[in-house]
Amino acid sequence: MSLAHRIIPCLDTDGGRVVKGVNFVGLRDAGDPAELAARYNSEGADELVVLDIAASRDRRPTFLETTRRVAAELAIPLTAGGGIRSLEDARSVVRAGADKVTVNTAAVERPELISELSREFGRQAVVLAIDAKRLDEHWDVMVRGGRESASLDALEWAKIGVACGAGEILLTSVDRDGTQLGFDTPLTAAISRSVSVPVIASGGAKLPEHFAEIFSEGAADAALAASIFHDGVQSIRELKQFLAACKIEVRLPC
Amino acid sequence: MKVTLLDYGAGNVASVERALQRLGVASQRSNSAESLAGAEAIILPGVGHYGALVRALDQQNLRAALVDALHRGVPFLGICLGLQALFKSSEEAPELQGLHVLPGRVCALPANVKLPHMGWNQLDRKRDSQLLSGISADSFFYFAHSFAVTDSDFPPCASCTHGAEFAAVIEHKNIYAVQFHPEKSGDAGAQILQTFLRLAA
Repeated sequence: MSLAHRIIPCLDTDGGRVVKGVNFVGLRDAGDPAELAARYNSEGADELVVLDIAASRDRRPTFLETTRRVAAELAIPLTAGGGIRSLEDARSVVRAGADKVTVNTAAVERPELISELSREFGRQAVVLAIDAKRLDEHWDVMVRGGRESASLDALEWAKIGVACGAGEILLTSVDRDGTQLGFDTPLTAAISRSVSVPVIASGGAKLPEHFAEIFSEGAADAALAASIFHDGVQSIRELKQFLAACKIEVRLPC
Repeated sequence: MKVTLLDYGAGNVASVERALQRLGVASQRSNSAESLAGAEAIILPGVGHYGALVRALDQQNLRAALVDALHRGVPFLGICLGLQALFKSSEEAPELQGLHVLPGRVCALPANVKLPHMGWNQLDRKRDSQLLSGISADSFFYFAHSFAVTDSDFPPCASCTHGAEFAAVIEHKNIYAVQFHPEKSGDAGAQILQTFLRLAA
């Protein structure tokens, strides 16, 4: 009996639709967010993440409506984010039904945002999203959808974020994202072993073996993927059965 | 039946409301002592900081009405912080007093495990439980907390372990409480809510 490793489908949304891309570019339509949410909820997903990838001010009402529609379908926790710049932005997604909020670029620019959210909603509701890219012997933090370097060491930033009040880290490997070559195990292990909060690994998943590896060698507490679930390349149910057979603790759907 | 959802400002009130709606039960939000006086069943959801909940109960003059309802025998379900509030105090806000209808303290979970205790975990059954009747022994429930009741003489119906063993399901007369979030725990969680509503009816 111990805490199960979580499988988390991610809905990257734009204008009320789920989209997908490779290495943060080249987007195409992947379906209706509420329909996908309902499917993942019943297939045994442990949580769901919904992101506003455009994160532009004028599309904010559409994203909040998407969050409401998705939340209505779920009996599991929902994390929402993308373009959260202020406490007020966070309140609006929480009011729309999110249990947790992710912050990324705005937190790099103003780390106090993490503390503000943590005070208001509690640490368990604050997810620091870090997009990391290999640079020589370390990992560099990338911002603005993975396009720009923040000239910040990912390991250091993770520790600062936790000290500020983040309750979880959503760690995306920019190098692996969209490649389907597997999660970035060295990156995930390095971050997971140096912070006290759970780490969600993201970027590069395709095969069940990738998930087994990131939970064992990568020390991830949860793993997130998008297109392989949307396309039906990987069913959540079968993935969990595979992991259980590998003696990795998961919550098997009934 | 009139289910009163104590809305002191916590984030998960709407989630509990939605979960009850899915079960076909209408609930009403309340933050007044008067409505607690007429409540037929009370649910206290809670997530976040213990101090925020206890302060809100005092600032909104809800403490006395809530304790009175508990003593009157009104069926009560505490969720997460709503469980913790039943005890004497918490290390998370040592300067404040809990409702103290049950003996014991809320303590920080040990730092040798990842905190918050976030995700799906199983229960260790300790004694007969009405809330858990019909729930299979290997069911998982969703937890999201860093503090828990680890220091109490009150025997829980079920415990859970993350770094330390803590009370996960509590039943005492009309008082029911769970440390996990039934509103976020899939079918098993929905069944627990349904059972509470049946017990309260």
